[in-house]
Amino acid sequence: MPATMREAFIESTGRMLESNPDSVVVLADIGVSQFRDAGHFKYSGLEDKFAERFINVGIREQLMVGVAAGLAKEGFRPLVHSYTPFLLERPYEQIKIDFAHLGLGGIFVSVGASFDTASSGRTHQAPGDVGLLKLLPDFDIHIPGHADEAAVLLDHATSGEGRVYVRLSEDTNAVARPVEPGKFHVERRGSLGAPAVIAVGPMLDRVLEATADLDVTVLYATTVMLFDGWTLRDTGATEVVLVEPYLLGTSASEVSGALHDRPHRLLSLGVRNMELRKYGKPEDHIRAHGLDADSLRDSISRFLSLR
Amino acid sequence: MTLLRQTDYSYEDLGKLMTLMTGDEKHSFSATSTLDVVWTLYDSVMNVDSSRPDDPARDRFLLSKGHGPMAYYAVLAAKGFLTTDQLKSWGGFDSILGYHPDGELIPGVELGTGSLGHGLGIGVGMMMGLRLRKQDKPRVFCLMGDAELDEGSNHEAIAVAARFGLEQLTAIVIDNTSASYDWPGGIASRFENEGWSSATIDGRNREDIKTALTQSHPGVPHVVVAKVEAK
Repeated sequence: MPATMREAFIESTGRMLESNPDSVVVLADIGVSQFRDAGHFKYSGLEDKFAERFINVGIREQLMVGVAAGLAKEGFRPLVHSYTPFLLERPYEQIKIDFAHLGLGGIFVSVGASFDTASSGRTHQAPGDVGLLKLLPDFDIHIPGHADEAAVLLDHATSGEGRVYVRLSEDTNAVARPVEPGKFHVERRGSLGAPAVIAVGPMLDRVLEATADLDVTVLYATTVMLFDGWTLRDTGATEVVLVEPYLLGTSASEVSGALHDRPHRLLSLGVRNMELRKYGKPEDHIRAHGLDADSLRDSISRFLSLR
Repeated sequence: MTLLRQTDYSYEDLGKLMTLMTGDEKHSFSATSTLDVVWTLYDSVMNVDSSRPDDPARDRFLLSKGHGPMAYYAVLAAKGFLTTDQLKSWGGFDSILGYHPDGELIPGVELGTGSLGHGLGIGVGMMMGLRLRKQDKPRVFCLMGDAELDEGSNHEAIAVAARFGLEQLTAIVIDNTSASYDWPGGIASRFENEGWSSATIDGRNREDIKTALTQSHPGVPHVVVAKVEAK
């Protein structure tokens, strides 16, 4: 079992390269060393073993995405990878045109999440990543909350054909859930019609702690595009709390869409859209954005008291 | 019965075909900066066949700049990829021919372009794909404008195409002096400094165009700077 999502990523990439001769990895320096010196991992030295199918273009992210699209055009299944801002934000138009507009498929895998490298500052943080990709058609978006879930979702992405984004993070839940791509997992069922709390990826453990003694249904989301509105509807909830590890409200429109015929209230919790200008550790940022268990409990209780 | 595709057009017919789109009898088709290069490519350089537009062995043409595609559409019609009826529909809601091309709609067109600076990077990726498939015959031609070189993404691709030794990749820069700022030392030097082979030619001389596009340049990519009258 992989200890971290990064380890799961290296292992899954190894399985992809071994099983699919048309798979290829395109990098812009970031990630090269981990694939080269994967050390004690089962799949060490991937870059040597599959040298032809590792293409490093140097620190050129627009080219990384363009080259990946050219490979997809020639029938390959490209995987591109970098820190979140350099994978998605810097080459955003290449993703829009070279992949979405040209109708090509590929796998985008990020590390860094919203603030895994909190001490690196804003330049290495991209809490808007999922919101940005949501603006492009037909992107599947997966947010694993555990290394084992990352393995499942990455294997699903590499064996498929479309455009897929997998957002890896160092923040994880203690125990993996039996995730199924495209489906919410019902973590805890409250009474019929009880408020539904949707915990996305690594937010689950804090949500469970915050809601331990509340009559709520907790849904665990590891795929947010497509958004599993049916499972949400089936709870009968008319009060929904959405807890996301990136910009708050990113999937709010999907919640409203799923409940369009049902009067409902929605509270969105997540990373606030602001220049925080703080360093420190990820847990400091979790607290600063009100996403630690105590803050979540306060926010959710206040919301539920407004009946 | 209507004859849908006609392929016995000559260079002299291109003006007539372009008029189907512009509707402007007085339009000077020869003023279109890309006309002679695109015609020469399709007429006597590239291995393409309108009956097999997806042939893996074909040469690939990328109209990176995407702008002013009438000459391109006219050449595609002359070579049997498009019908004259399709030319007449140019720019209409249901037409497959827009003011910038969409490769998902037009047979034989590789990319959807119009936003500058996307073609060469994709071309590098296509070449890497052909290399992985051990296909050493197909060539990739990427047509750009001198002003398009302003986009930094091109310079990412220029450097790496040379480092990867993509001999089958040819960039064509139509230079109609439309960039806001000049390129001291010339456009070709931007490529040569990175290790490309180059030829700077008269973009109206079809013999010179053909020569420049078919010359040998072992182990390195090749750029043809085709100078035409200033915009």
